[in-house]
Amino acid sequence: MPPFEFKEIVRQCYEVGVRSFTLITVTGFIVGLIFTKQSRPSLASFGANSWLPSLVSIAIMRALAPLVTALIASGKVGSSIGAELGSMRVTEQIDAMEVSGTKPFKYLVCTRVIATTITIPVLATYTAFIGLLGGFLNVYQNEGTSYTSFMQEVFHPLNFIDITQSLVKSIVFGFTIGIVGCYQGYYSTKGTEGVGKAANGAVVTAMFLVFVEEIIIVQLTGFFRQL
Amino acid sequence: MNKEKAQIDYANEVIKIRGLEKSFEDYAVLRGIDLDLFQGENLVVLGRSGSGKSVLIKLISGLLKPDKGTIEVLGLDVATISDKELQELRIRIGFSFQNSALYDSMTVRKNLEFPLVRNRKTISRKEIDIAVATVLDAVGLSHTINQMPAELSGGQRKRVGIARTLILNPEVMLYDEPTAGLDPITCTEINDLINEVQRRFHTSSIIITHDLTCAKSTGDRIAMLLDGKFQRVGTFDEVFNTADDLVKPFFDYNFIQ
Repeated sequence: MPPFEFKEIVRQCYEVGVRSFTLITVTGFIVGLIFTKQSRPSLASFGANSWLPSLVSIAIMRALAPLVTALIASGKVGSSIGAELGSMRVTEQIDAMEVSGTKPFKYLVCTRVIATTITIPVLATYTAFIGLLGGFLNVYQNEGTSYTSFMQEVFHPLNFIDITQSLVKSIVFGFTIGIVGCYQGYYSTKGTEGVGKAANGAVVTAMFLVFVEEIIIVQLTGFFRQL
Repeated sequence: MNKEKAQIDYANEVIKIRGLEKSFEDYAVLRGIDLDLFQGENLVVLGRSGSGKSVLIKLISGLLKPDKGTIEVLGLDVATISDKELQELRIRIGFSFQNSALYDSMTVRKNLEFPLVRNRKTISRKEIDIAVATVLDAVGLSHTINQMPAELSGGQRKRVGIARTLILNPEVMLYDEPTAGLDPITCTEINDLINEVQRRFHTSSIIITHDLTCAKSTGDRIAMLLDGKFQRVGTFDEVFNTADDLVKPFFDYNFIQ
């Protein structure tokens, strides 16, 4: 139903992106770098160092990028949404919207859920890129592999299901983080204590659900791979 | 301190409440309330903290649903109308919250624009600017237009909150504890503003308070809410000079000389 709140959705997408950008950049890079470094000895014992880019690629694209992004966003974005809406609830700002003829649920909740659902997949893609960059730097330093060869090895083992799985996971995680944060904040009670509980509840519940969803989606993907 | 006589149309009821009851779990807050607010009148609902004053105006604005009874606002029963009708009705009602409820993330200008932009789809930028300037001027805070709510004093926040409700030209104003937590000078300014709003915008208002000074200087009538019922309704002097054992203790603090 109109109005579609495009401006508010864009503003929220920007907020979600900006809030997580720095942390995701640092974490994504470190995850890629450390994973590559830690995986090397195992592959080296089989004389399979050349498989390192493929291994890093599969790990980052299938699991690490969506999961790391979702966990960081649960902490940064989920808590922020929970606290913001919780604070608006206890200071009667949500009631003020309602009595001024605005539907606060649509304006506050729908826009935030749409924003996280759109933005988290974008951030997850960025995390994957940054993670691979971290992996490349480690491989380049140790094996002297060129950027072109590394990228060829990176994309070689990936197929349509891997990309789809990663995208679907990010979308589901984004939706979960948004809806949990909004629920905790929008329905918070008991004053300032309630705001703290809303922020905390948003992080804990979203992280728990992200792990549960990860297991379910991985199982479902395994089923599709066998078809 | 006594209020000037206002032009009240006693033949025209803007709010008509009959047999209103509201409970929270086992506690009955309102136990059969009857109330009329007439066109152009300022009605003060006086009572102790927790007596159900704020619940009453939340019921009037449709933020809460009554357990029993009817609440007619501008001819519509708030409890039975559709969501769409309620949304349209709310545009005609201004609600000034106890803690102002300004949107923290928006400047004063954006706070004031918000209800306008949401409810008047075809309004032009120029009309918005004029409306914002007019209501801010009415509350004497034109210089705060680009400030954030956190930068305002308590009294300024109250006045911006009132300005935000005025921007939609409401017919009915609901003030929830307008002078709570303010110093005496700012209280006087807010009381004057409430009277100015009544004169300038021809509103009918319900003012919820436990502040006797506010009640005396803004109310055309006073309704004394105690034990979930209106124990006395009348002019300030009529209510003040009662011998009623239930009502009298409330006035025995001698705030007013």
